[in-house]
Amino acid sequence: MLASLLAAVGDFTPPTVDFHALAPEIVLAVGLVVVLLVDLFVADHRRWITGTLAGFFMLGAVLPVVTLAVIGGDVRDALGDGRYVVDNFSLVLKALFLLAGYVVVLLSTNEMEEGGYYQGEYYVLLLSSVLGMVMLTSSRDLISVFVALEFLSIPAYMMAAWKKRDRKSNEAGVKYYLLGVFASAVLLYGFSLLYGLANSTKLVDIAGVITLEGDKVGVQVLAVAFAIIGFAFKISAVPFHTWAPDTYEGAPLPVTAFLSVASKAAGFVGLIALVYLTFPAAEEVYRPFLWVLAAATMTMGNLVALKQKNVVRLLAYSSISQGGFILMPLAMAGTGDAAGPALRAVMTYLVIYAATNLGAFAIIIAVTRKTRSGDISSFGGLFSYAPGVTVMMTIFLASLAGIPPLGGWYAKFGAFRAVVDAGGGWGYSIAVIGAINAVIATAYYIMLMREMWMKPVPDGDTTPIKVQAPVMAALAITGVCTVLFGVLPGLVSKFGDITDLAGAFGL
Amino acid sequence: MLINQFLLLGALLFCMGVYGVLTRKNAVMVLLSIELILNSVNINLLAFDAMNGGSDGNVFALYIIAVAAAEVGVGLAMVLLIYRNRKSISLDDLSEMKG
Repeated sequence: MLASLLAAVGDFTPPTVDFHALAPEIVLAVGLVVVLLVDLFVADHRRWITGTLAGFFMLGAVLPVVTLAVIGGDVRDALGDGRYVVDNFSLVLKALFLLAGYVVVLLSTNEMEEGGYYQGEYYVLLLSSVLGMVMLTSSRDLISVFVALEFLSIPAYMMAAWKKRDRKSNEAGVKYYLLGVFASAVLLYGFSLLYGLANSTKLVDIAGVITLEGDKVGVQVLAVAFAIIGFAFKISAVPFHTWAPDTYEGAPLPVTAFLSVASKAAGFVGLIALVYLTFPAAEEVYRPFLWVLAAATMTMGNLVALKQKNVVRLLAYSSISQGGFILMPLAMAGTGDAAGPALRAVMTYLVIYAATNLGAFAIIIAVTRKTRSGDISSFGGLFSYAPGVTVMMTIFLASLAGIPPLGGWYAKFGAFRAVVDAGGGWGYSIAVIGAINAVIATAYYIMLMREMWMKPVPDGDTTPIKVQAPVMAALAITGVCTVLFGVLPGLVSKFGDITDLAGAFGL
Repeated sequence: MLINQFLLLGALLFCMGVYGVLTRKNAVMVLLSIELILNSVNINLLAFDAMNGGSDGNVFALYIIAVAAAEVGVGLAMVLLIYRNRKSISLDDLSEMKG
């Protein structure tokens, strides 16, 4: 037995692995182990070291992303068989996930230390979740897409339930877990059909088979639909959004920020991989599907957000409706030559939305630390005792609403331009629905602003808010990005200047 | 043909799983229903491999088994968590937050 194995080794030629291309993942994996080990050996009162280390490794992993962008060609085939590809698309998103992860570390430091939570384990889970996202951006194979998706989801389930004694946090974790696992099971069923049709797990090979022609059209439609449903849960698209508000409200606030930004962006990465690489020829199926999802997501998210009393729930529904705006260009990706502009619009939106939403959550973390309440009324009169925080929050809310000259305006502009350029009945109708929703959304953002600027302080407690240094740093990063992307949109459109995904053609 | 029977079994298991997830009120039973769906996927993958003579499906199924084990580990821990805090694992009782 052993002898025959050894004899077979002679024929084995190891694949040429491009370690430079894998460097961000390697740094994160090393960081994960280091944080885990350090957590074993430090005294309780010095556990904050694990957080610092985690942040350090997140930034450390950005370095190879930058060198990869500067050195070498546009496309690197990390494992030599086109299943794990590093291209501009994945580099931009890797940088986005790593920086979002770093901001979440900043937001978590004080919260985790003061709440008496397990710190080392938390940062290990955060690192592995970010590692999963970073892997997902490069995955061009059904198996690696699935493994990366689970890699990013399973730690997130645990992080949502991190307040062990808190019944709301338990509930948040269980709801997120059950629906998340159910969604990935449905997704897998779709994947198994895709595999059966193509007899290959490579996304590019599958694209050649899913043409909606021949005698297996029924199975093809089923496979496409199941695969989309799986990711629709991840991006909390209506009607698969039921977990999102409860999970966002119950989970610890830094985790909520992480879920609403990074986890959602990861879901969109998966959808992009499906729409652009796996079944680009199936636009007759995915366009109406995504169109309906986008329209329902925007409308439902906005209408329910209007009557929310809790600020985290308000932002939860706002982030659901923002997801609808990001879906909008994706639905039109297959129409005419809209593929490039649609991809650029989605990428731009994801980057700007990440900065803005993380900033809004940073403010909520800073304010609720003093008020100990999530009610919108607890934001009353914020301007009278915390003018700086109020101005920042106003900037973030205005950006979410899409008011120029802030980042969110440029993101919305790009999304609308992509759909209108695509044109046709589908394109114009979704643009009209989107425009109506943009107006509705402005209403509740302005309601929150009015609360901060004009209402009286609810209990007369006007001691100023002390913003801790890490949260301040997070605010600085997100605030600068939000304003800069609006004033100099060329900056982010350059990042998102990707007309096509590597792997869609050739390789 | 033989393949049809395997795929029908897979589809049947999938439907049973989805039905279980939607109707069961006990968290553990929902978990088991999800396992049914995952196993229907495995049956599909292996049947397709037998039909087309590939081997990627076998590898995929192994990955699914491993990941499912990790998922169930997390899931049971979470069920234990809510049982400790509420003395019940009925999903109907999970209604602290509404709206």
